[in-house]
Amino acid sequence: MTRHIISVLVENEAGALSRISGLFSARGYNIETLTVAPTEDASMSRMTIVTTGSEDVVEQITKQLNKLIEVVKVIDLSEAEHIERELMLIKVRAGAKEREDMKRMADIFRGRIIDVSDNTYTIELTGDTRKLDAFIHALDQASIIETVRTGASGIGRGNRVLRV
Amino acid sequence: MDRIKTSQITGAEIVVRCLQQEGVEYVFGYPGGAVLFIYDELFKQDKVRHVLVRHEQGAVHAADGYSRSSKKVGVCLVTSGPGVTNAVTGIATAYMDSIPLVVLTGQVPTHAIGLDAFQECDTVGITRPIVKHNMLVKDVKDLASAIKKAFHIAATGRPGPVVVDIPKDVTAAVTEFHYPETIAMRSYNPVRKGHAGQIKKAVQLLLEAQRPMVYTGGGVVLSDASSQLIDLVRTLGFPCTNTLMGLGAYPATDKQFLGMLGMHGTYEANMAMQHCDVLLAIGARFDDRVIGNPAHFAQNPRKIIHIDIDPSSISKRVKVDVPIVGNIPDVLEDLLKLIKSSGAKIDEKSIGPWWKQIGEWRAKDCLRYDRKSAIIKPQFVLEKLYEVTRGEAFVTSDVGQHQMWAAQFYKFDQPRRWINSGGLGTMGFGLPAAMGVQLANPGATVACVTGESSIQMCLQELSTCKQYRLPIKVINLNNKYMGMVRQWQQFFHGNRYSESYMDALPDFVKLAEGYGHRGVLVEKPADVEPALREAFAAKNELVFLDFVTDQKENVYPMIPGGKGITEMILYEDL
Repeated sequence: MTRHIISVLVENEAGALSRISGLFSARGYNIETLTVAPTEDASMSRMTIVTTGSEDVVEQITKQLNKLIEVVKVIDLSEAEHIERELMLIKVRAGAKEREDMKRMADIFRGRIIDVSDNTYTIELTGDTRKLDAFIHALDQASIIETVRTGASGIGRGNRVLRV
Repeated sequence: MDRIKTSQITGAEIVVRCLQQEGVEYVFGYPGGAVLFIYDELFKQDKVRHVLVRHEQGAVHAADGYSRSSKKVGVCLVTSGPGVTNAVTGIATAYMDSIPLVVLTGQVPTHAIGLDAFQECDTVGITRPIVKHNMLVKDVKDLASAIKKAFHIAATGRPGPVVVDIPKDVTAAVTEFHYPETIAMRSYNPVRKGHAGQIKKAVQLLLEAQRPMVYTGGGVVLSDASSQLIDLVRTLGFPCTNTLMGLGAYPATDKQFLGMLGMHGTYEANMAMQHCDVLLAIGARFDDRVIGNPAHFAQNPRKIIHIDIDPSSISKRVKVDVPIVGNIPDVLEDLLKLIKSSGAKIDEKSIGPWWKQIGEWRAKDCLRYDRKSAIIKPQFVLEKLYEVTRGEAFVTSDVGQHQMWAAQFYKFDQPRRWINSGGLGTMGFGLPAAMGVQLANPGATVACVTGESSIQMCLQELSTCKQYRLPIKVINLNNKYMGMVRQWQQFFHGNRYSESYMDALPDFVKLAEGYGHRGVLVEKPADVEPALREAFAAKNELVFLDFVTDQKENVYPMIPGGKGITEMILYEDL
């Protein structure tokens, strides 16, 4: 069982997302995260799916995705050099006592404080999944009020591209 | 309101015009509120004929049988809500067997969608996992291209059913009609040609084989590759087996044919599958009813060449060595060209011992049964059916023991003659499918092999048969049991026949007569052949033959679920 990050170009049509998520549940494939938004060409969306499975299962996943009529192209980004990023917004306790420490911690992880109240900070943090996990672990768990993550987006390095 | 331009027509008329453009002969359907405008347009023309079924499941099975026996796309029309949910079993049946259908479904008006309107259901959502593709048409301007796309997608690549959901207001709205000649989709371009390098590798393996085997499935039938298959198998001199879905693609009476393989396949076909050194799989998918336990299958090393139009069928259950993705007739022609031009002769000597081994397996005579029985044996009925119809009938079946016996004992020499629900295993398929077959092949002999349990699942279609004067011959193998369930309960559940006995069966003779047909009860072996002869002589009449058969008969050989392909229970073992 290894982690794979799969990129999918799909026609931006109603129901395309449920077709893809339905495929994963119907065939018992894992989805760890799934992100989707239109590309520079509004008629097409790009999806990044993080999944785990054996080589055979991941091969089936890419084949089954390709079989969907609305899917234009599929690649397994993790087969070669690639970059992935995820955005996290995390609201933490930041009363008079914790304020300094929390600011320093955000700086260490190159996070930005984007909202401040009397007793909270909201920190924006971007990075790969492991970095976001590390930030969460570095905090005192009791200080975390709310976490929201986008799931990973990925892109191939250098000349490796996914487009029509 | 603007005055309607004369060149503008309603969505309903567009639907009917599209069907005319596609050359659709028959639409199988059932009217209802959401499709009334479409029915009104059907009424005004006579090019596209409508067949009124008695239940929407019957409409889809009939369109399915029509398609399987005619190479054309089957078309259905049903209303929203219950019309759709009733059609679901039929759609799933077609999907599992890759049958090209276009299913037009009515939907509540666009402004009512999502408000739990009367007869509303999420058609696109409900059918999503059981279609090749589906779409909801929200704008009348998109209607013609949606229908064109539906026919294109249904019939190309690996075929399958496509649902087009049309809200009622879209059928009332008007626009100019333009039916696209062709359709181009950047996201959908099925391949045709196989990879030349892979084909070369395949030829090399085939020519070096000492224990070769050719295993073919429904894909050969669907792609009309039968003549290329026969040419290839005869050129190579190899043994050939067909799956349940593939029967008829290679002539069953040919000496190189080893019979059907799989759970109820022949001893020789299953043994040869396990012990071959090179396996050529064509349009087949190594499913659980065919190769049994994949771990057991993998115990014997062999090189596998797999030709299929659908890449996801390759290396799904069994790893293959030489995958070739492409349209089967194209790939087989390329293979043949290479084999013939190579000048290589198949070394009779090298595969001689293999044929000798196969001869020994054949000598087991694995399909034998008690021919002296005083009670009618179901196998006997099927042998006689084959004789009486001279092997030329279209045979549809339901699901269960009778289906397996029909597959074993009716020797299909041509493709598209054996029409059954192989993938989904839908009881109730046989009779409505036979209606579609008969309409697609007027004047042809059509037999529906069924059992007393299956036939009751779509029995209402006897009424449709009367309305359209379809002279189908129903061969009812009546043992008062859900025979296959009973067989499993005998073998694997300690003879506890839980709910598999069917009490209070109708008098099928009277029932057939009630629907305006002829019914005949056959109780003795000696009456089987005369009854069949008389029934098939009645060219313009549906005859329902109710055969009282042996309750304890089982289908042999049998690979128990989860067991290996050679771990067969044989008649003689018991």
